[in-house]
Amino acid sequence: MNNSAIHVEKLAKRYKIGERQRYLALRDLLTNILKAPLRRRPPAEFLWALKDVSLSVREGEVTGLIGRNGAGKTTLLKILARITRPTEGFAEVHGRVGSLLEVGTGFHPELTGRENVFLSGAILGMKKPEIVGKFDEIVDFAGVETFIDTPLKHFSTGMQMRLAFAVAAHLEPEILLVDEVLAVGDFDFQRKCLGKMEQVSQSGRTIIFVSHQMNHVRRLCERALWIDGGKVRRDGPAREIVNEYEASCLNVKADDLEHSPGPIAFTRWMVENSQSNQLDLDRCPDRIVLRFGAYAKKEIRKGILFIALRSGDNTILWSNLYHDVQINPGHMDFVHTFGSLPVNPGIYFWEIRIFDGHEWFEYVQVPEMSVISNTDSNVYEHLKGSLRLDASFDLQASAVVELGKTCP
Amino acid sequence: MTKSVENGPEVIRMSDSSVGVIADSRYLNSERPFLRIAPPRGWMDLSLVETWRYSSLLYFFVWRDIKIRYKQTAIGVLWAVLQPFLTMLVFTLFFGKLAHVPSGGLPYPIFYYSALLPWMYFSGALQGATNTIVENQRVITKVYFPRVLLPFAATISGLVDFAASLMLFLVMMVFYGIRPSPAILLFPVFLLLAMLTALGVGLWLSALNAVYRDVRYVLPFLVQFWMFVSPVAYPSSLVPAKWQWVYALNPMTGVIDGFRWSLTGSGPAPGAMLMVSTAAVLVILFGGIVFFQKMETTIVDVV
Repeated sequence: MNNSAIHVEKLAKRYKIGERQRYLALRDLLTNILKAPLRRRPPAEFLWALKDVSLSVREGEVTGLIGRNGAGKTTLLKILARITRPTEGFAEVHGRVGSLLEVGTGFHPELTGRENVFLSGAILGMKKPEIVGKFDEIVDFAGVETFIDTPLKHFSTGMQMRLAFAVAAHLEPEILLVDEVLAVGDFDFQRKCLGKMEQVSQSGRTIIFVSHQMNHVRRLCERALWIDGGKVRRDGPAREIVNEYEASCLNVKADDLEHSPGPIAFTRWMVENSQSNQLDLDRCPDRIVLRFGAYAKKEIRKGILFIALRSGDNTILWSNLYHDVQINPGHMDFVHTFGSLPVNPGIYFWEIRIFDGHEWFEYVQVPEMSVISNTDSNVYEHLKGSLRLDASFDLQASAVVELGKTCP
Repeated sequence: MTKSVENGPEVIRMSDSSVGVIADSRYLNSERPFLRIAPPRGWMDLSLVETWRYSSLLYFFVWRDIKIRYKQTAIGVLWAVLQPFLTMLVFTLFFGKLAHVPSGGLPYPIFYYSALLPWMYFSGALQGATNTIVENQRVITKVYFPRVLLPFAATISGLVDFAASLMLFLVMMVFYGIRPSPAILLFPVFLLLAMLTALGVGLWLSALNAVYRDVRYVLPFLVQFWMFVSPVAYPSSLVPAKWQWVYALNPMTGVIDGFRWSLTGSGPAPGAMLMVSTAAVLVILFGGIVFFQKMETTIVDVV
């Protein structure tokens, strides 16, 4: 199994800046044409989402693509999936490609679950007999038998998601391109997806997997590519590259700061005492301190600070607003102290942003905190909630109270 | 796969007999397709072979369009019949009985309905095709398939409404005692011409609509305008002979005259004018494919 499945050479993709945001209207086109003799059109601004990317993926290799938002990971995936065309260079792909860029591609709310399985399956590249053959398996995996002939709009979000993932999980391409689909659903569902992914990754198929969840990359991938600014920054064994990437995320380099657009940018963050993004509940002293480092280019008067803790499925567990924050130019730390953080082990995200009177500026690399503990609670994994509260239980004998009589 | 998969912890222990492994052993025996992804070059790289490979997806798109169209409608397919029928009544009353438009000896209801059949199909399919890229933008930014399938599916799914309204026409033929002539054998040719016209124009408009959103506002006006420059409300013989060839550059001229002639058997067989219309269709269609293809590579970056 040493044949190359994907070979990419000097691949580049250029976008016109603003192309995605603005709807063109014929009117604009006409006025541009009319004005053209009078005024020179401003030179178009371009953004290279990818530049000079070369790589090779062996058959059966499971590769993680990591990097910040906007680094070019998804663009690379979209080129390999043939959704968008490269501007320069080329890619050679050996084998049937299946792309999974979102959960539920092609789902239509008016159609029934059954109809949607067929439609989504066909859009993702399955032939009709293939879908017929796997239909029962798909429905079984999703656990929605009773609702399968109800319109999708009557499904709960969770059920839709399960059905969508079940369809996707039964795709059988030789090369699978996956983008962040595991980041949806509740914890239990994520586990299930991850299990399925693990199983697929051991089946000898070639997989390219974009993720921001570093623990998933560690668990699923043998190799990782770190994409940064449209280029391959590092390429190697997953564990090694992920560690390097995580280390860099905690500290933003000084020269990156000068290029940040806003008056303030977050630079690093950590859980104090652990010097990392890990919170060990067992070693936790009586207080937990989080440090968010930032660098301000200029003074912000009456800034507003927003901080929120989100669970793995993006629910806000806690948040707070601080008004009238005076920020002086230079480096600073926003320090938050918690008496305790009553959460169960798992992955959590911090959201932190500052309002300077005009705009919100947030920490672009969503700070991911992994909470660990060895003294785990006695709850079955899939029934576990986010909160760990100080609760006690007591079984007390009580006098029988006859119905209808009021208690003394 | 068994139900035990439902419980979280079991997931990790799923057996090897599951889907992935089966797929693996199967593809090792089959030939691996090879694909080269490169920047768009040239003015024509529609691969008919590849489009054909996606024919089952085309089937699903058509099926979806039809399903969705009739979900939650009280009288369903009756709409498809009501629309041309009511229009026919209005035309018969105002253009026929009051304005005395010549109908070449045909009863007015037959004269108008035989033209409204292809016209309603054309305008419906055109509207479907124009909006299809924008309506499916979520899908086309997430998965690849030849984009041309979308407007193509819109022109095919319009045939369901067409078939329903054709049924009513057959009833009307019996009612007015009009016997089909051998010309009816050529009816499928004119239907094909109508489909190609809808597809050709639909390709242009759907690609334009993806980039310039005001196309959808222009469309109702365009359709109305187009109807009056087509022989729907009047016969094409009203147009002076020396301008007939210009008039026939509108492909719907050939289509509508062809429908009237093949269904009712009255009037002269369309000859030179049909040739001009057919040539116009082919030019529009070919240009539409090239234009669509050109836009296809950038549509995803724009929608």
